[in-house]
Amino acid sequence: MTGTLEAIRAAMPSAGVELVNNPSPCGQHSLRVERKDALAVAEFLRDRLGYDFCSNVSGVDWPTRKVKETNTKKEVVDGVEKEVKTTTERDVPGFLEVVYHLYSISENSGPLTLRVRTGDREADVSVPSLTPVWKSADFQEREAFDLFGIRFDGHPDLRRILMWDEFADFPMRKDYVPPDDFEYEPTPHDEILAKVKARTEAA
Amino acid sequence: MNFPGSGIIKGLAVTARNMAGSYIEKDRLTTEQYPEERPTLPENSRSFPFLVFDGEDPESGMRCTSCKICEKECPPQCIYIVQDRDAAGKALKRPKVFDIDIAVCMSCQICVEVCPFESIRMDQVYELSSYDRFGALVLDKPKLLKSNAYYHGIHPTEAAETDARLEADRKKKEAAAAAKAAKVAAEKVVKAAQPEAQP
Amino acid sequence: MSDLQTIDVSLGPQHPSTHGVFRMNVTLDGETITRLQPVFGYLHRNHEKIAEGNSWLAAMPYTDRLDYICPLTNNWAYALAVEKLAGIEVAERAEFLRVITAELTRLQNHVAFLGFILGDMGAWGTALMYAFREREKILDLFESLTGARMMCNYMRFGGCRCDLPPGWLDATRKLVDGFPAFLDEMEALLNGNEILLARLQGVAPLSAARAINGGLSGPVLRASGVDYDIRKADGYGIYSRFKFRVPRGVVGDCFDRFMLRVLEARESVEILKQAIAGIPDGPVVNPKAKQRGLRPPAGEAYGRIEGPKGELGFYLISDGGDKPFRFRIRPPSLINLTLLEELCLGTKLADVMVILGSIDIVLGEVDR
Repeated sequence: MTGTLEAIRAAMPSAGVELVNNPSPCGQHSLRVERKDALAVAEFLRDRLGYDFCSNVSGVDWPTRKVKETNTKKEVVDGVEKEVKTTTERDVPGFLEVVYHLYSISENSGPLTLRVRTGDREADVSVPSLTPVWKSADFQEREAFDLFGIRFDGHPDLRRILMWDEFADFPMRKDYVPPDDFEYEPTPHDEILAKVKARTEAA
Repeated sequence: MNFPGSGIIKGLAVTARNMAGSYIEKDRLTTEQYPEERPTLPENSRSFPFLVFDGEDPESGMRCTSCKICEKECPPQCIYIVQDRDAAGKALKRPKVFDIDIAVCMSCQICVEVCPFESIRMDQVYELSSYDRFGALVLDKPKLLKSNAYYHGIHPTEAAETDARLEADRKKKEAAAAAKAAKVAAEKVVKAAQPEAQP
Repeated sequence: MSDLQTIDVSLGPQHPSTHGVFRMNVTLDGETITRLQPVFGYLHRNHEKIAEGNSWLAAMPYTDRLDYICPLTNNWAYALAVEKLAGIEVAERAEFLRVITAELTRLQNHVAFLGFILGDMGAWGTALMYAFREREKILDLFESLTGARMMCNYMRFGGCRCDLPPGWLDATRKLVDGFPAFLDEMEALLNGNEILLARLQGVAPLSAARAINGGLSGPVLRASGVDYDIRKADGYGIYSRFKFRVPRGVVGDCFDRFMLRVLEARESVEILKQAIAGIPDGPVVNPKAKQRGLRPPAGEAYGRIEGPKGELGFYLISDGGDKPFRFRIRPPSLINLTLLEELCLGTKLADVMVILGSIDIVLGEVDR
């Protein structure tokens, strides 16, 4: 992993790439790429380092979380030096993330985990699409768009894939509230029923 | 032999062999005439959960202690348990309500694996269709409780293992209780034998 | 898109050749496909969300329902990912049991495929019945081992749920020994058949480079001539101990995809023979592995196996809790459809069903 990172840095000194440590026993560490450099890094990985097979594209929702920080300060209170603890709560802003798992069939290596983050969870949710580099990302990026609401710039056909087109929410987000009645769908019948009801009430 | 149509003729020979063979070989005619002929299920076969009770009386022999582990672990959450309470409101070690909605149950057997009291087991019944969409498929306690003898009838090996384990546990408990009683008795004897210490 | 020349046809979702509820919006010029848009989601139940709301163990029975033709490989993929995530060792005997059940799953999947693709070509009945007769024997084995024919829920973290019932291994040996004869019969029935050859040969060839770029995996990838089998590449489980060959196609047309399944089934038979001969005694599950109340350390893992349909992967993120933080499935059936439009363009309408059949999808996995 560090070798790959060095190769990218050597070829593209301005690219924002950093190593993300994975504490799990499997030790699959990952590379986090800045959005602006994602497409160039992906092309470099495919063409120069032989990562020709993009296996898995996954959206991840990291909601805003609260972090408690405890600071100890030495203060002089009534002439006596005391340690005063102050606890502050801080919001760590959430973001959405796309994770690509790359393999190299020609060199039989992998997985290389590539992560791209959005700015936040509401307004700035676009990342560059890697479908032009690996066609296999096509449906999977559509799925991440569908279920997480991540916008992929440059995707050839960004539509909902699993949910129906009229669906408004993003069900895989952590703050998604499922409806009481899963089978309810507004149909033309509702309009007619409302009209009938209005008429009967008037009469 | 490779003239046009020879491949088709070769294929037809296979179908002819199968048709003729179906009269003599059991392997080639595997159809079961279902309602008349019934399959013998393998011992491990499972359908839906039921509750085992020991002895004759379902209520007093119930193994379930209403610990609610199965309710918590059930993947589709189809188990509903209410613990029984006595007149004073003290919780009793048995369920008042034990419902399983088998329209939701996915026969995964996780409730069986997590049950620490060997109480919930998998049944082998499969003809459960009903005209009542909601009521008939919610099994309540009387419908769920089945005797240990029934359990032995459908899963003999597993039931024998369970019984052996329960028996061993019971013996261990009895031995522990006996040892404790003996210890207490011995201490009493020692105390009685020793003269009061002089101040 | 439509003008006077072309006609839009909606194939499916209720069409016997779409292998489930799958729809394709097809634009035709005469009988030639000029555009094809797959429509998914009729079977979508958001398995990933369900799994994120349940404990780690409770996600296991849901994996049976992904590719319901091959539940045991799905179980294995999930168990493998969790074992990577939590660093759990697998019991030796269980490794053999996993190989045996997974290869039996591969056999029955490929056999069912032979029947289905004949159905897609219009030969509805005979071949499918022969295939299902054989598949049923394997399902009977599954039932006597795991308790269910299809929803097995058999693997556990660090091993398998239960040991073999008495006589199971002998029954399996008998089935495995008789299997090549069945494959021979199937080949005699199908391979020389002029109609079958005309329908399959030269239809929708696919180059190796496109297949790799399109993320195809499993038999579909190897039919294009790519030598890539995760059993060899990763050597997960104990596959590195077995001797077997990886069949490859040449041009990647429908006939290559069809024949590759037959050849793979023969290799599976070889693996099965070695595994049955070498199975050791011992516990079937690692006694240190926790099933209920498992809390893997915070981190993430991607585990993948060579499923009968392709690379089946699970990407799991744990935050140290008793539920997965993120539970992602890499469904081979869905991703193998990426190039469906590319394969179908320029072919005739009747070929679409054959091409779809040769990819071998199961909608439970496509829509999840």
